[in-house]
Amino acid sequence: MKSLILSALLTLSAAPVLACETVTLGDLNIEHAWSRATIGADRPGVFYVEITNNGSTDDALIGIATPAAGMPMLHETVVTDGVASMPHAMSIPVPAGESVELAPGGYHGMLMGLTATLAEGDSFPVTLSFQKSGEVVVNVEVLSLRAEGPDCDDAN
Amino acid sequence: MRLTRLQKILWAAAGLATLVYGLLVLLPNRTPEAVPQADFRPTFSLPDAEGRMRTPAEFAGQHLLVFFGFTNCPDVCPTTLSEVAQVMDDLGDDAALVQPLFISIDPERDRRLGLAEFTAAFHPSIIGLAGDEAQTRAAADSFRIFYAREGDTAAPDGYTMSHSPALYLISPEGDWLRQFTYGTPATDILADLQPRL
Ligand SMILES: [Cu+2]
Repeated sequence: MKSLILSALLTLSAAPVLACETVTLGDLNIEHAWSRATIGADRPGVFYVEITNNGSTDDALIGIATPAAGMPMLHETVVTDGVASMPHAMSIPVPAGESVELAPGGYHGMLMGLTATLAEGDSFPVTLSFQKSGEVVVNVEVLSLRAEGPDCDDAN
Repeated sequence: MRLTRLQKILWAAAGLATLVYGLLVLLPNRTPEAVPQADFRPTFSLPDAEGRMRTPAEFAGQHLLVFFGFTNCPDVCPTTLSEVAQVMDDLGDDAALVQPLFISIDPERDRRLGLAEFTAAFHPSIIGLAGDEAQTRAAADSFRIFYAREGDTAAPDGYTMSHSPALYLISPEGDWLRQFTYGTPATDILADLQPRL
């Protein structure tokens, strides 16, 4: 019965966009997992996500893994004195009670060595590794090359 | 209040740190992007994806929106090019008065990976230019922008590029008008551009 209600709810909710799903891992809420379409597989892809720590213990994102890329890595775009570069991020802090965004122009997952072209509408799994909370798999939705983020109605 | 020896050392260290920080703040930036009045003339002589040489002369009468970047850049470059694409869409009939240019600062690899398909994926109006090292450096110098190749064993081909991520607006007469810093929304660029056309 419970699952019936749940499936009914899922069917009723408008526009079930993958990037708008929320995945929970302990005190962590993980949502808005998305990527941009690529032109072929020779250039790196990108991975963005938003993580909220509702707990009272600081955590950190320390790694990503995915079958979509041979060499996924955490990066941070930094603009210093008007020059942009993207050094590796050894770990991305997710402090207690705060949200951290992997978003254009900041932290991002750099998906090097793509195994296939990422086409708009595709999705692929990414395993997130946290220092304290462990691992969780999120489904990443591939949006258009021109996308700046998923269009989620977070009010519902 | 009596300070222990350790406390004295800590206070001295804090004082020194403040001094060093102050000096760093006062030192000039390593790039002159914030030049308020342009006393320089941006120019370029670079081949497009088909190998045809392009110079500002052929765009006389059009405003130029110029972005320096590289196609192996999945984070910063798509953001700016998406905004340029949005501006071109929103300009409507005035789009003919504006020519967006993507100048590769990683020309050899970008030509190999495909320059035209990259720019076209964002907007058909964007012209991609990729010259040799000397032509690229000359163009960047004339725009007073910075770019550098940075060794990175983890990166594809063992290197990545750092670069000025701003968007530059050049007048129909070829004068430097202004820059839009990285992250300027398309609506702001459009609002600045429309009264000029
Ligand atoms: Cu990166």
